Amino acid sequence: MTAEPTLAPVSAPVIETQRLSVFYGATEAVKSVSIKVEPNQVVAFIGPSGCGKSTLLRCVNRMNDLVPGARIEGDVSFRGMNLYADGVDPIEVRRRIGMVFQKPNPFPKSIYENVAFGPRINGYRGDLEALVEKSLRHAALWEEVKDRLTVSALSLSGGQQQRLCIARALAIEPEVLLMDEPTSALDPIATQKIEELIYDLKQDYTILIVTHNMQQAARVSDETAFLYMGHLIEFGPTNQIFTNPAEERTEAYITGRFG
Amino acid sequence: MSNVKATVGRFEPRRTTRYTIGQVFRTIFLLATCVGIAALLVLLLDVLNEGATHLSWDFIRSYPSRFADRAGIWAALIGSIWVLSLTALFSFPLGIATAIWLEEYAPNSWLTRTIQMNIANLAAVPSIVYGILGLAVFVRWLEMGRSVLAGSLTLTLLILPVMIIAGQEAIRAVPTSIRLGSYALGATRWQTVRRQVLPMAMPGILTGTILALSRAVGETAPLIIIGALAFVPFVPDGPLDSFTVLPIQIFNWISRPQPEFHAIAAAGILVLLAVLLTFNLIAVLLRNRYSKKL
Repeated sequence: MTAEPTLAPVSAPVIETQRLSVFYGATEAVKSVSIKVEPNQVVAFIGPSGCGKSTLLRCVNRMNDLVPGARIEGDVSFRGMNLYADGVDPIEVRRRIGMVFQKPNPFPKSIYENVAFGPRINGYRGDLEALVEKSLRHAALWEEVKDRLTVSALSLSGGQQQRLCIARALAIEPEVLLMDEPTSALDPIATQKIEELIYDLKQDYTILIVTHNMQQAARVSDETAFLYMGHLIEFGPTNQIFTNPAEERTEAYITGRFG
Repeated sequence: MSNVKATVGRFEPRRTTRYTIGQVFRTIFLLATCVGIAALLVLLLDVLNEGATHLSWDFIRSYPSRFADRAGIWAALIGSIWVLSLTALFSFPLGIATAIWLEEYAPNSWLTRTIQMNIANLAAVPSIVYGILGLAVFVRWLEMGRSVLAGSLTLTLLILPVMIIAGQEAIRAVPTSIRLGSYALGATRWQTVRRQVLPMAMPGILTGTILALSRAVGETAPLIIIGALAFVPFVPDGPLDSFTVLPIQIFNWISRPQPEFHAIAAAGILVLLAVLLTFNLIAVLLRNRYSKKL
C-alpha cells in the first residue's frame, strides 16, 4: 500500500511529508502520505479526481487552513522546519511557498499592480519596478506586456493571465512553487508555453504540480506520485512510473484503463 | 431520409403553439413594464402640471407661512439635506463594517445565522416602529430632543438592515479565487479584504447605499413620531437643532383645506424629487468611478 518512509538520502529534502493525513470533517481525503521532494525537482501528482492530490498540495503552503473543518495529522516540513508547529505563521509559509491555481485568477487591476501586490503587502523595500520586470521576464511574459503594464490584467488572454499569475507568485521570491492543474483551463499552445516555463523555472525553484494530463506529467516532471483514494500508491522517478510501474493500479491509470 | 420520417412520427413539435405561448408571455411582461412606467409618468405629469408654476427661487428660499403665496420650502430642504447627510455618514461605515464582519470574519455558527436571520427580519419591520424606537432611545433616553441628530440616528437604524444585506451580497459576489490568490501571496485577512475584496464589492455596495438613502429621504412616519416639526421658520445650525424635512412639509401642506396649499405641495414634491435625483446621481458617479478602475 503506502510506501513506508525510505532511508533518508544525504541531500536535505525541500519538502517532506511524514504520514500526512488530511481530514475534512469526518472524511479522510489524504491517508498517511509520506513524500520527499529534493531541491530543483519537478514533482507531478497524478490520480483520478478526488484522489487527494490537490488537498496534499494545499497542505504544503497551509492554504488548507482556509477550508473550514479541515485538519491534518502527521507532519509537513519545509527545509526541516515543521510547517504545522506552534508559532509558524501561515503568512510567512505562503510567502516562501508560492502557489498557482487551476483557473487563472488575476486581480482586476493593472498588469503591474498584479505583480506588485505581493511585494507591497509583504513590505518589499527594494526597487519595485525592477522586481516587477524581473518577475515578468522570469514568467516569460515581459516581451508581450512591457508596453502596456497599466492595462487591466483581464484584457490578457487565458494563457497570458496564467503566466501573469506565475509572475505574481515569483515576485515574492518563494523557494517552492505549487501548481494546481495550471494548464487545465488553457489551450494546447498556451499549455506548451507554461510547460516550457516550468522547465526553465526548475533552475531556481522546486516545483510541485498537480495535473490530470498524463503526457504533461511525463513531459515536465522528474518524479511522479500516483495517488488513489487518498493513498499514495506509487512515488518514484517519472521515467520509471511511466515505463515500468511497480504497482498494477499505477499502470492501469496511466494507460487509461480507469480514472 | 427514412429516419427523418421516423422522427416526425415520434415527436409532436407543435412549433406554432410553442411560439404563440412565447409571444403571449412576452406581451404580458411588456404590459407589466408599461403599467409601472405609465403610473410614474402620470404621477410626474400631474405633479408638474400642478406644481411647476409655483416653483420659483422665492419658493425655494422662503420659510413656511400661513399664506400660501408667501410659503416656501427652504427650512424643509435644508433639513432634509442635513438629515440625509448625517444618515449617510452614520449608516455607510456601520453597514459596510457589519457586512464585512458577517461575510469575511464571522464563524459559521448558530449565532451568526441567528444574527443573519434577524437582520433580514429587521429590514421588513415597518418604519413607524423605528420611529417609536427612536423616540424612546434617542429623543427621551439619550435626551437628544427633537433634533436632527435624533432623526438621523432613527433613519440610520431604519436603513441599516437594507445596507448590510446589500453590502453582504456585493461582498459575496467577489469570486473566492480572488481571495485565495491574495492569501497565497502571503496577504493577511485584512489586506485581502482591504485591497481585493472591498474594491471589487464597492460598486455593489454603493448601489445598495443609493437605494437605502433614497428610502430614507422619503420617510415621513418615523420622523413625525420623533417629533420633527411641521412649522419651522429657521434652518438647523447644527445637529442638535430641531428640524423638518421635505415629506413632512409636503404632508402638512396637502392636509390643509385650501387648494393653494395643494399646489405648493406639488411644487414641494418636485423639490423632493430633485434632491433624490441629485443624491442618486452622485452615487452613480461614484460607482462608475469605481467600476472603471477594475
